[in-house]
Amino acid sequence: MLELQNVSYTVEDEGRPVEILKDVSFKVDDQKFVVITGPNGGGKSTIARLISGVAAPTGGRIIFDGKDVTGLSITDRAKLGIGYALQQPVRFKGIDVKDLLRIAAGHDLTTDEACGYLSRVGLCARDYINREVNASLSGGELKRIEIATLLARKPKLSVFDEPEAGIDLWSFQNLIRVFEIMRSEIEDGSILIISHQERILDIADEIIVVADGQIERQGPKDEIFPHLVGTTSAISGCTRLVERS
Amino acid sequence: MDDIQKRILSEVADLHGVPEGAYNIRVDGGSAGRRSTENIEIIPKPEGSGLDIRIKPGTRRESVHIPVILSKTGMKEVVYNDFYIGEDSDVVIVAGCGIHNCGNQDSQHDGIHRFFVGRGAKMRYVEKHYGEGDGSGKRILNPVTELHLEADSTAELEMVQIRGVDSTERVTTAELAEGARLVVQERLMTHGSQSAVSVYKVDMNGENSTSDVVSRSVARDDSYQKFDALINGNAPCRGHSECDAIIMDRARVLAVPQLDANNIDAALIHEAAIGKIAGDQLIKLMTLGLTEAEAEEQIINGFLK
Ligand SMILES: Nc1ncnc2c1ncn2[C@@H]1O[C@H](COP(=O)(O)OP(=O)(O)OP(=O)(O)O)[C@@H](O)[C@H]1O
Ligand SMILES: [Mg+2]
Repeated sequence: MLELQNVSYTVEDEGRPVEILKDVSFKVDDQKFVVITGPNGGGKSTIARLISGVAAPTGGRIIFDGKDVTGLSITDRAKLGIGYALQQPVRFKGIDVKDLLRIAAGHDLTTDEACGYLSRVGLCARDYINREVNASLSGGELKRIEIATLLARKPKLSVFDEPEAGIDLWSFQNLIRVFEIMRSEIEDGSILIISHQERILDIADEIIVVADGQIERQGPKDEIFPHLVGTTSAISGCTRLVERS
Repeated sequence: MDDIQKRILSEVADLHGVPEGAYNIRVDGGSAGRRSTENIEIIPKPEGSGLDIRIKPGTRRESVHIPVILSKTGMKEVVYNDFYIGEDSDVVIVAGCGIHNCGNQDSQHDGIHRFFVGRGAKMRYVEKHYGEGDGSGKRILNPVTELHLEADSTAELEMVQIRGVDSTERVTTAELAEGARLVVQERLMTHGSQSAVSVYKVDMNGENSTSDVVSRSVARDDSYQKFDALINGNAPCRGHSECDAIIMDRARVLAVPQLDANNIDAALIHEAAIGKIAGDQLIKLMTLGLTEAEAEEQIINGFLK
């Protein structure tokens, strides 16, 4: 399904090169549920941006369904079947929730269909369907709508960047069901989720731990999960920095 | 009316024939149909220079349509329409002007509309501008809207100009008595080398009057827009104006907001934002499979909705 081969990403910061990702390689096989985790600032979102084409790697290759997509645009990758739910969803003046779901689905939706996607992410559909995706929505509401757009899009590969962020613990219990169902319904698709949540890590086939722009560890859940409790991945980037200095 | 005129009529007034209620359809300087009703009287001024529209007090849920169509090149006209809206009435007025200019001479319609909105009355005014035709002659519209709002009356204005008008200078003035309420929503898109100037002058003279003037616009290509709004708070009142513009290509947008508070209890707010389409909005829609141009179109359509 997806393979990153020796991917690196370097940016210029005040004239000096800053290495954000170094030699990252991993695979997401068909029908797999893979979770990327690791401390803040480790490079997880950057990986998602490179996969979706929002940013271009400075080294290495990205292969999707056997095809080198490294040079392809965001649009072309989306058309090939890469879906991406952002860590920080975007707001639009004038575009309402139903418009966004329709754009995501790529065809007109009945109100029932649109409501179905919203209900799955725990939003009372009737209250939201005609709301504008603008500043009047709370962070948590926006996050759920972002997840609903991927449900409507049904991509081959769904990349979710911290879907739990901004969603209260109580609602999270319901949201976890969304991912459990997705997990059980994987047929010819794969799911890549960036998350810190134990319950999401727990339903993973594989876990990749990213820290300091590198893959620290990767493997089957049962192998990686025990290492995570109480390790550097579980504590914040700041603590790590303090420890290092 | 011929097919071109009919199509323009549907663009500016959403009409596919004769409307319900009172109407006057003006085509190339003459009247192509007029009807008064029991409560709404349309009286032509001498020599086709405009109309007096008198709405009886207490008239409820009735509408007046007064579309204007120019389909001859080189046509230039100034039209004066006066609206007298009786106390406690509740009416919708649909104006609008469409120009079809295939020739090489400029076509121009300057509509001067005066509204006298009676005590406690409520008026919704919808005005759409539209231009088409591939001649080199320009399509010019310079509307003047003058509003006199008596105590506790409401005027809601919706002004839309999305396509085909080369040059507009729109001047809207309003004076508000106590408890009067003014709401303006302007939607504007310019392209090519078009120019659109909107000038507002709102005098809030009465206690507890409120005004809300909101303009959303998109300026493309080499076009020019100016939003010039002056809100005078001469009494305890609340005033808000907002200019929200998307700028594209080599366009220019100038916002000149002015607030003039003359009373310690006048609360006036202005918001202005001009900027290109946010990159993250484009990116988001592209991750949903749209091309950059399609994403732009969706963002603009939503913004101007
Ligand atoms: N364009 C850029 N210019 C400079 N620094 C960047 C750029 N993009 C990312 N970074 C830096 O790269 C590091 C990795 O960022 P990234 O957003 O991928 O982290 P993350 O693992 O997703 O963190 P979090 O858990 O907080 O979401 C951060 O230190 C970030 O500041
Ligand atoms: Mg991140």
